[in-house]
Amino acid sequence: MRTFIVLLQKEFTQIRRNSFLPKLIVAFPVIVMLIAPLLMTMDVRNVNVAIVDLDRSTTSHRIVSHIKASEYLSFVGATAEFDLALRDLEKGKVDVIVQIPNYFERDMAVATAEKISITANAVNAIKALIGTQYLVQTIARTVVELRGEKSPNQLSELVTVQNRFNPTLNYRHYMIPALMIMIFILMCGFLPALSIVGEKETGTMEQINVTPVSRLTFILSKLLPYWITGIFVLTMAMIVAHLVYGLIPVGSVGLIYFGAVLFILIISGFSLTVANFSDTMQQTMFVMFFFIMIFMLMSGLLTPIDSMPAWAQKITFILPPRYFVDILRSVYLKGTSFAEQWYNFAALGVFTVIFNILAAVTYRKQA
Amino acid sequence: MSKTVISVRNLTKRFGNFTAVNNISFDVYRGEIFGFLGANGAGKTTAMRMLCGLSYPTSGSGTVAGFDITREGEMIKRHIGYMSQRFSLYNDLTVGENIKLFAAIYGLSKQNTGKRTDELLDRLNFSSERNTLVGSLPLGWKQKLAFAIATVHRPEVVFLDEPTSGVDPITRRQFWEMIYEAAEGGTTIFVTTHYMDEAEYCSRVSIMVDGEVRALDTPARLQQQFAAESMNEVFRTLARDAERGE
Amino acid sequence: MLIVMLIPVILMVMFGFAISTEVNNINIAVVAPERTGAVKDVVGRIAHNDYFTFYGYIDQDQIDKKLRSGKVSVVAVFASNFDRRMEQISAGLPSKPVIQFIVDASNVNTASASIAYLQSILPGTASQQAMFETRMLFNPQMKSAYNFVPGIMGLIFILVCAIMTSVSIVREKEVGTMEVLLVSPVRPVKIVFAKMIPYFVISCVILVMILLLAHYLLDVPMSGGVWGIFSLSLLYLFLSLSLGLLISTVTKTQVAALLISAMVMLVPVLLLSGIIFPIENFPKFFELLSNIIPARWYIAAIRKMMIQGAALAAVWKEGTVLLGMTAVFIGVSLKKFNDKLE
Repeated sequence: MRTFIVLLQKEFTQIRRNSFLPKLIVAFPVIVMLIAPLLMTMDVRNVNVAIVDLDRSTTSHRIVSHIKASEYLSFVGATAEFDLALRDLEKGKVDVIVQIPNYFERDMAVATAEKISITANAVNAIKALIGTQYLVQTIARTVVELRGEKSPNQLSELVTVQNRFNPTLNYRHYMIPALMIMIFILMCGFLPALSIVGEKETGTMEQINVTPVSRLTFILSKLLPYWITGIFVLTMAMIVAHLVYGLIPVGSVGLIYFGAVLFILIISGFSLTVANFSDTMQQTMFVMFFFIMIFMLMSGLLTPIDSMPAWAQKITFILPPRYFVDILRSVYLKGTSFAEQWYNFAALGVFTVIFNILAAVTYRKQA
Repeated sequence: MSKTVISVRNLTKRFGNFTAVNNISFDVYRGEIFGFLGANGAGKTTAMRMLCGLSYPTSGSGTVAGFDITREGEMIKRHIGYMSQRFSLYNDLTVGENIKLFAAIYGLSKQNTGKRTDELLDRLNFSSERNTLVGSLPLGWKQKLAFAIATVHRPEVVFLDEPTSGVDPITRRQFWEMIYEAAEGGTTIFVTTHYMDEAEYCSRVSIMVDGEVRALDTPARLQQQFAAESMNEVFRTLARDAERGE
Repeated sequence: MLIVMLIPVILMVMFGFAISTEVNNINIAVVAPERTGAVKDVVGRIAHNDYFTFYGYIDQDQIDKKLRSGKVSVVAVFASNFDRRMEQISAGLPSKPVIQFIVDASNVNTASASIAYLQSILPGTASQQAMFETRMLFNPQMKSAYNFVPGIMGLIFILVCAIMTSVSIVREKEVGTMEVLLVSPVRPVKIVFAKMIPYFVISCVILVMILLLAHYLLDVPMSGGVWGIFSLSLLYLFLSLSLGLLISTVTKTQVAALLISAMVMLVPVLLLSGIIFPIENFPKFFELLSNIIPARWYIAAIRKMMIQGAALAAVWKEGTVLLGMTAVFIGVSLKKFNDKLE
């Protein structure tokens, strides 16, 4: 026990003496939590619309004014030539071009009438899709209104929508739990591996291996500081989310910490396993980098798993963050209970056991 | 002859096709300063790592401080001290913290640690440097400190892997005084070196060439046997037909 | 070394396929007091739509549970006497809303896309749609990969190159061989370039592999001309290596170099360069800030060249910015190197 305490003191002293680590541990999560939510929105707002108005009628003027009034669309300008607008679209100044054909107002009621053409820059497919949808609705409403039809007779107008769990459709609320996980993966993934491989490179690892200190004691002394760091980081992140973004977990805070503890154990165990297999920093780093990128980009943190092709969705089942992402989002935003999420916790539990056994088995004092 | 501390029989280590250590056998007795010599790549470090419980032998057997090197590596570690050719204390801890850390690892109690720390610092004339970061000490001082720490728990055997490489002659001299002092206290010293003048300080010397022990005796008798003026000459005679280059 | 080349390639393939924001397979449940013909008609339209998977009819009191457990993303609640109301509507009489969609809005994108899809499926919208003719330029199949492949390239290159150079140089510093080189009569510029060349070669190999994969495996068009894309990418690789060099001059240990080039850089590059999150959504300040992220310029230019078919000349602005940044990185690193000598 005394050995363990002294080893632990050593780790903390080393972290404290490092010119960079303490700053990183405190500043990184806070800065990321403060800034990143501002950036992580995929809301389709401010779709830039250019109008090529060949009709120049009351109807077309009305359409323009409705587009200007829409909160999702922003009117860039009107030109008489499609090619001019297209050039702006290629430059990225315009996302969607609406061309109102000649005699649109006159022929509107006729089935064979020339159609309004909407040309979208579909490089960003989701933006093009939703932007076009907004436009269609806005224009259709204008036309219906102009036809002087008193009552709405479209079923689509008779639909109400209730947005559960996030009534203001705030993208940040969706992303903040993901951000917390991202910080976990980065801190608890990179740091323990670096600290172990660092000792390997300087030779102190061998010095330790030739002493009677037990593997478990040494590994625990390496990991515990990062577990504490992880919990500290989570707490800070939750405080920032509350104070700055007003996001409070709907579900149980205890459940969040429970999931977080399991997740930290997984990630640090994984990190240790990688370190055990590699001899140099560069090697460790590339391997960790590889997995961390996969963890961050494929476990539903930033883009939904449901959008992935089937084979990729299967891969996500072996990625531990996948389960934690689900837990954290559901508990944070929807107030899901343990009973409703037990399978995710069970998966995390299995990974915790696997990675930590792996870490203990692959760490050898004698080769 | 006094008690055998290290006993090695037919020890072999292979890495794939490469036989780093080939069938070596020898004994080391209590209180000896045993010089383990050989050119770079002769297999000294590999052999030493097996004795310290860092590496498993491919075949053969050995005991250190009465424990089997294959099965009781962890028991051996309680009874030995080790200092590798790479300086391996924590540069970002102070002198005092390093001593305290290793004292705790070797199971010294809190009171004993304090006493032992004062004693070591006193012997090294380091008392003023207790709170200095090890990283900022000159190399020679670091090596002396590393040796002191390797003996913090008064081990039966201390393994020193090229302890004085890169150190200035005066510090080397001081270092050897520390080795003598420890040996007089009953600690067995197992030291590898490539400084042949240092070989002459040893009670007995073994010379490894291409993974095998080619000669083993006191320096005086080896010089006699090879009709050489110095250990350097003995070594060169033996190393001449080495197949593994530098 | 093999691993250094394999990692970017594997990442490229996985992400190229897997990173997508296409919203499909939305699970939808229905609450209907009476399952009449009109209700079944609407439900049928939804169930047959490719974007939706019909979960089944559920009871009113199950709505919350199903949404919270994530079993379904949308619940469509039909009003009672739906048929009669529909008749009123077709007769042009005013009516109260007849369908309520309750959406799990915790995932904002899926929520808004679901509603957009649903509204275009509902009966009566056909006449609206008929008024329009829609063209999806550059990406008629609406593939997410088109948007993300340039982004992933920008991300992978800068990180891999920066890690490689910074670590290898700092390693020499740690071991002490850098000092030996620096006291030799060779000029620091030469040492620096000699260090960078092997990594530049490796990066070029990676680049070629990634371009081949993007084109043949991920079907990304290279309509702006391969040479333009290639030369701009070379410039970007060089920039990334210089960035690694710069990091190596400001760090003393490999750990610090790694933490900066892999961890600290990852976040701004991932978030600020428009890879996933569109820059135009940023608050003004960050929109300006994103200008200092090299990846942002590279990605913008590559998107234009790969997908919109712009020629190299059309991205002169991005190219110039990247060139300027490279010059700054090299200049500052060399100055730092020289300072250390004195």
